[in-house]
Amino acid sequence: MKKWKVLSPLIVLALWQLLAGLGLLGKSTPTPVEVAQGIYQLTVTGFPPGYRLPGHIAASLGRVLLGFGMATLFAVPLGILMGWSPAFDNALDPLVEVVRPVPPLAWLPLALTWFGLGMFSSAFLIFLGAFFPIVLNTVSGVKSVDPYLVEAARTLGAGEATVLARVLAPAALPSIITGMRIGVGIGWMTVIAAEMVGVKSGYGLGYMILTARDVARFDYVVAGMVVIGVIGFLMDRLIKAAEKRVLRWR
Amino acid sequence: MNGNGRPALELRSLSKSFKEKKTGRTLEVLSGLDIEVRPGRLTCIVGPSGCGKTTLLRVMGGLEAPTSGEVFLGGKPVRGPGPDRGMVFQEYALFPWRTVLRNVTFGLALKGIPAREARERAEVYLGTVGLSGCEDLYPRELSGGMKQRVAIARTLAVEPSVLLMDEPFASLDAQTRNGMQEFLVDLWMRTGTTIVFVTHSVDEAVFLGQDIIGLSRRPARIVERLENTLGYPRTRTDPEFTGLRARILEYLVKEMAMERKI
Repeated sequence: MKKWKVLSPLIVLALWQLLAGLGLLGKSTPTPVEVAQGIYQLTVTGFPPGYRLPGHIAASLGRVLLGFGMATLFAVPLGILMGWSPAFDNALDPLVEVVRPVPPLAWLPLALTWFGLGMFSSAFLIFLGAFFPIVLNTVSGVKSVDPYLVEAARTLGAGEATVLARVLAPAALPSIITGMRIGVGIGWMTVIAAEMVGVKSGYGLGYMILTARDVARFDYVVAGMVVIGVIGFLMDRLIKAAEKRVLRWR
Repeated sequence: MNGNGRPALELRSLSKSFKEKKTGRTLEVLSGLDIEVRPGRLTCIVGPSGCGKTTLLRVMGGLEAPTSGEVFLGGKPVRGPGPDRGMVFQEYALFPWRTVLRNVTFGLALKGIPAREARERAEVYLGTVGLSGCEDLYPRELSGGMKQRVAIARTLAVEPSVLLMDEPFASLDAQTRNGMQEFLVDLWMRTGTTIVFVTHSVDEAVFLGQDIIGLSRRPARIVERLENTLGYPRTRTDPEFTGLRARILEYLVKEMAMERKI
C-alpha cells in the first residue's frame, strides 16, 4: 500500500505532462518540466530579474514567523487566562467570537494606514489569522485539564501562579500545539494573499506570483505554487516533529 | 507521634451543605461531625456509597470550606489546602508530563528545597514505596498500583503532618488492591505518619484501621466509632476480624435499608 504514496503523484505528474504537452489544458498551462525549469531559473536568475527564489522564500517566511510568533506570544497566555478564569472568559469570549470571523485580509486597508507598506502590515494580517486558532485551542485545552491535577498541586503547596504555569500550561500543551499548527497553516496562506494585495517590496512569494501573471509567465506562477505547497508541508512536518519531542510523555 | 494528647486533626461540629444547581435546594452532606484523629494512628472512615465521605476528606484537606464548624490541624484552624495535609486521590492525579522523579519533586521545589536536595529526597521516598529505578519513567508507563505508590511518595515527600487518602485503591484490581493494603500498613509502620483513610469497603477498613469511624447515609453523621485492636499484619480469616467486619456490615446494611425506605 505504501508504494501508492510515491506512485500516485508520479501518475498525476505523467498525466499532467501528457495533457499539457498536447496543449489540452489551455495554452497558458505549463508542463511539469517547464515548472521545474521555472524553479531553476527563479533560483538562479530570479524574477523580477535579480530577485531570486531564496529571497522570496525568506521574505514570506520572515513575515509569517513575525506574525505567528507575536500571535503565539499573545494568544497562549490569553487562552490560559480565559480557560482558567470564568470572569476573563465571559469578558473576552464575545469579543473573540465577533472578531474571529472577519477574514484577515479585510483588515488590510486599516493595516496599511497603521503600519504602512511592508513587513509589518503583512505580519499583522498573519497575526490575526494565527491568533484565533491558538486562543481557542488553548482555552479548550485548559478547560479540559483534569481538576484533580489542580487540586493535587494545591495540596502540595501550589498557589495560583504555580497552578497556571506548572499545571494548566503544561497540561494544555497538546492543545496549544494543535492550535499553533493550525495557526501557522493559516498564517502561511494569509501571507501569500497579503503579498498579492498589499506588499510591493519586491520580495515575497505572493508578490512574485502576481508579477509573473502580469507578464504571463505561468511557469513562474505554478513554480511559486509548488514552492508554497512544499514549504507549507515542511512547516507542518517540523511542528509535528517538535510536538513528538515535546510531548513524549504521552 | 507527639505524646501531648492533642489530636493531630480535629473536626468540631462540622457541617457541609451544597446548593443544588438545578433545583436551587440546599443539600446537606455532612451533619455536625465531631472527629478527633489521634497522631500517628491509622484512622479509617467507612460509610455507604454517596454518603459524603469524599466531601468529608476534602473538607479536611481544605479543598472545600465547611458550611459551619471548624477543622483544626495541630490546634490551628484550617483555611484552604496546604502541604501540611497531604492528599492521595483515587484517580492518582499524577502530572503526566513529569517523570516519576519530577512528580515527587514538585512539592519539594515549592517548599524552596534546592534541586539537588529535592532529588535526593525524592529518591529516598521512591525507595520507601518500592519504586527505586523508576525515576525516569512517565506515569503512562506505570501500572495502577505503581501510579498510586508514586502519588503516595509525592505526598509523603513534603512531609505532611496528616496523610488524607480518598479511596486510593478503589480503581485497582482485587489482587493489586490487597497488595497495596499490605504495603500501606507496612509503610505506615515504618514512617509513623498519621493517616486518615476513607473507604466504602468494610473489609478494607477492618484490615487497615486502628480507629474506625462509621458514617450514616447522607447527610453523614457518625453512627459507629470503634477501636480495632487486632495486631498487624491482620489475617482476614481470623474470627475476630470476621466478627468486627460483620458488626460494621450490619450497621451499613441497616443504613442502606433505611435509604431504600425513604
